[in-house]
Amino acid sequence: MAKDLVEFKNLETHFHTSAGIVKAVDDVSFTIREGETLCVVGESGCGKSVTAMSLMRLVEMPPGRHAGGEILFEGKDLLKLSKREMSRIRGNEIAMIFQEPMSSLNPVLTIGEQITEPLALHLLLDRKAAKKRAIELITLVGIPRAEEIFHSYPHELSGGMRQRIMIAIALSCDPKLLIADEPTTALDVTIQAQILDLMRDIKRKLNTSIMLITHDLGVVAEMADFVVVMYAGKVIEEAPVLEIFKDPQHPYTKGLLKAKPIINEKKERLYSIPGQVPNPVDLGDNCHFHDRCEFCMDICRTKLPPLRVHGDHNHKTACWLYEEEGKAQ
Amino acid sequence: MSIEQTAPITKTPKAQKVASPWRSAIRKFAKNKLALLGLIIMIIMILICSFGPLFSPYNIYDYDYTVKNKAPNASHWLGTDKFGRDILLRTMLAGRISLMVGLVSTAIAVVIGATLGAVSGFYRGWTDTITMRMADIFLALPTLPILITMGAILSDLKVDPSKRIYFLMLMIGVLSWVSLARLVRGQILTLREQEFMQATEALGLRDRRKIFRHLMPNTIPIIIVSATLLVAGAILFESALSFLGIGVVPPTPSWGNMITAANSLIDFRKRPWIWIPPGMCILITVTAINLIGDGLRDALDPKMKK
Amino acid sequence: MTETLIQVDNLKKYFPITGGILQRVVGNVKAVDGVSFHINKGESFGLVGESGCGKSTIGRTLLRLNDKTEGKVLFKGEDIHSYSKEKLRSMRPKMQIVFQDPYSSLNPRIKVGEAIGEALLDHGLVSPRDVKQRVLETMRICGLADYQYDRYPHEFSGGQRQRIGIARALIMNPEFIVADEPVSALDVSIQAQIINLLSDLQREKNLTYLFISHDLSVVEHLCNRVGVMYLGSMVELADTEELFSHPLHPYTKALMSAIPIPDPTLKRERIILKGDIPSPANPPSGCKFHTRCPIAADICKQANPEYREVRKGHFVACHFA
Repeated sequence: MAKDLVEFKNLETHFHTSAGIVKAVDDVSFTIREGETLCVVGESGCGKSVTAMSLMRLVEMPPGRHAGGEILFEGKDLLKLSKREMSRIRGNEIAMIFQEPMSSLNPVLTIGEQITEPLALHLLLDRKAAKKRAIELITLVGIPRAEEIFHSYPHELSGGMRQRIMIAIALSCDPKLLIADEPTTALDVTIQAQILDLMRDIKRKLNTSIMLITHDLGVVAEMADFVVVMYAGKVIEEAPVLEIFKDPQHPYTKGLLKAKPIINEKKERLYSIPGQVPNPVDLGDNCHFHDRCEFCMDICRTKLPPLRVHGDHNHKTACWLYEEEGKAQ
Repeated sequence: MSIEQTAPITKTPKAQKVASPWRSAIRKFAKNKLALLGLIIMIIMILICSFGPLFSPYNIYDYDYTVKNKAPNASHWLGTDKFGRDILLRTMLAGRISLMVGLVSTAIAVVIGATLGAVSGFYRGWTDTITMRMADIFLALPTLPILITMGAILSDLKVDPSKRIYFLMLMIGVLSWVSLARLVRGQILTLREQEFMQATEALGLRDRRKIFRHLMPNTIPIIIVSATLLVAGAILFESALSFLGIGVVPPTPSWGNMITAANSLIDFRKRPWIWIPPGMCILITVTAINLIGDGLRDALDPKMKK
Repeated sequence: MTETLIQVDNLKKYFPITGGILQRVVGNVKAVDGVSFHINKGESFGLVGESGCGKSTIGRTLLRLNDKTEGKVLFKGEDIHSYSKEKLRSMRPKMQIVFQDPYSSLNPRIKVGEAIGEALLDHGLVSPRDVKQRVLETMRICGLADYQYDRYPHEFSGGQRQRIGIARALIMNPEFIVADEPVSALDVSIQAQIINLLSDLQREKNLTYLFISHDLSVVEHLCNRVGVMYLGSMVELADTEELFSHPLHPYTKALMSAIPIPDPTLKRERIILKGDIPSPANPPSGCKFHTRCPIAADICKQANPEYREVRKGHFVACHFA
């Protein structure tokens, strides 16, 4: 069994807004192991991005606030590090790529300058060595004519190419963990297929752990080793990928799987989860999914279900249906 | 990262009041302490200037040489000038003129600017080209020299001082519509590309409804904000011209022409009570208006964050 | 007996690129470059393709929200692009559109009830006294509650806004609706709600849809016939079942295999296309797809393949199909 790389322990990230406190990440715990791809899946507003931003310590404070918990990276609590120590880890050991590759690249610097910058900063390479390494990286992410790309500007590249460059920059210092926040959402399907293929390839070659944030269960099925499902700031289910698709337990996970039309599987009517994602302000101490759930019981409205193993040893679910209290009803 | 991304707005309980964009803007404005301070100062300023003179025992045409150049005292709270006129009364009356010039010339600028901006943004094509080239010409005109020239012409034509301020309002208004027209035009061009404007086309709404119900209400925020700042600009303009003796001319008082007193060395050094009150009024008014303008800008943010 | 509602013949839409100080036209973005198809009454026709393929432009040109450059668009046999402004306006209620972005498609300063009902009033289709009743009825059909009549758009979530957009189109009693990526901006659980709403409405009101999407699985679920577009051209068109069981064009095949399927046990032979989508301002010669095509040969670089019917109702533009 692989070693634990990152451990989220009861993480709480809150935002203070004029309307009240938003618990964007509410008591979230899970583990990313070495060489593993972990997918965090959920709908907009479920807290998946904020979880990643908390790990990178990129949550703006205020309005954000760490209200509790810890994030252990190789045993060190990242939330306790000084700014200096954190920025050494960021980019060096943990790197991140974002959904919108255009806004993450500086339009006035060449691709080369942007790739060599972290190399010079973190690895203290001289210019020649940095350039050599940069060309290697550009080739690694599958871009032909690396030399030419090295001297071009972001606007000369297409969306898919920019995302490849972002991955190259992220990989420049051999990070142990790559966080990818919806890396293919802004891309076309055929380009998405290329990028996902590239990420799989990188994981195999470099044995990098990947934390992939997505809303697309198709992407999850293709990429993940382990899946964490979030809803309204909470982890509601986590399991290895085969397990979660074969035997989803939480009604929300089941609903999500049934709601998506699948190619070459004609259904008369799509299953749809009724209602909307709840307002994140001042949610109660109950199951946040209760008002959309077809199995809702009295206890669901009043008490928060614990995230616990039911059955397979690393498949955890937070749902009263699987608890003694729930079964009693 | 903003909260909006993490916080989708969801169903609200039935009891809640309807949060119109205007009401939430007012709520936001009320939270801005500096803007609120500016607003309070302006209200006080307007009240004093409007109603203050009614309580004054003096008349502005009372030339009382027995009390000329008196420092502030019990009967003349801010002292008197070289004709023995009460400075407090004159400052308040001057305030009426200055504020009036500011508001009226802004109104003129808004009417011209918003109309031309809206028309050129909505119809585009040659209408737009003509209007915008005209705007370029107006922008290329050196405003101050023109106003000075016009002022000199008015003096030459011996226009009655009490009528002069109307010309002044018109001139300032006509010279300052350009920035507003450009803003409104830009806003309308952006709005046109929004899907809701394409929807109005697909629904086959009449042009009238598209302009007045869909486009204009969305430009009101920027009109309000820039009009507020224009008022401050117009007051400064009027003061500058009057100071130079070509705006509002004596005996009609204005803050600008009252400061002219500072031109004389003896008044400047020995009798600060003559020029400090109007100077302070200009400073306070313009600052207050700018604070309000900034507050409005934040409150009426077109993205309308909650 | 099927009746043709929309007929499109060799439609072209070029957007001029201007440059230089004189703003001269230096080139054209060929957003739609000679596309022909028809839509039958009561069916739902899907258009799929990636960004820049011209699918949205077609939708808008069909409704004359854009002017065409060349070709013909017939709505019930009439050329709406030849209509006067006034005549076009009176036609508008018959053909409606639902937009992709539920945020920018609603005017933030107009209450939902008014937004839905205003066009009825503006066309004089209902008296001011009855409009509220009509709006409330339509809102209920679209899954909105009565109390939401007096709310502003910012109080609604994306899915609810999309319902408002659908209600706004539906209240006009249209025969034809262009749905331009109506679910792409929504979360999965909400997508299913909107897709179901659209298909219920179609059944009840006998609507005709042009459903534009980049998502093949949604199109497969909702549409009777599907056209696949690439860089302004239709590369393949067939009945949904036929297209998904026997795709002929290599681009269609690649598109299908690129969609991630939520089943981790599935091991597929994936076709991963090389390279990027070329710019529609400067499309490749010959077959536009040859730069990325896994089976491209010399002929593809030179000759533009003919768009032909290979089986009944199955059209394809490829030298090797």
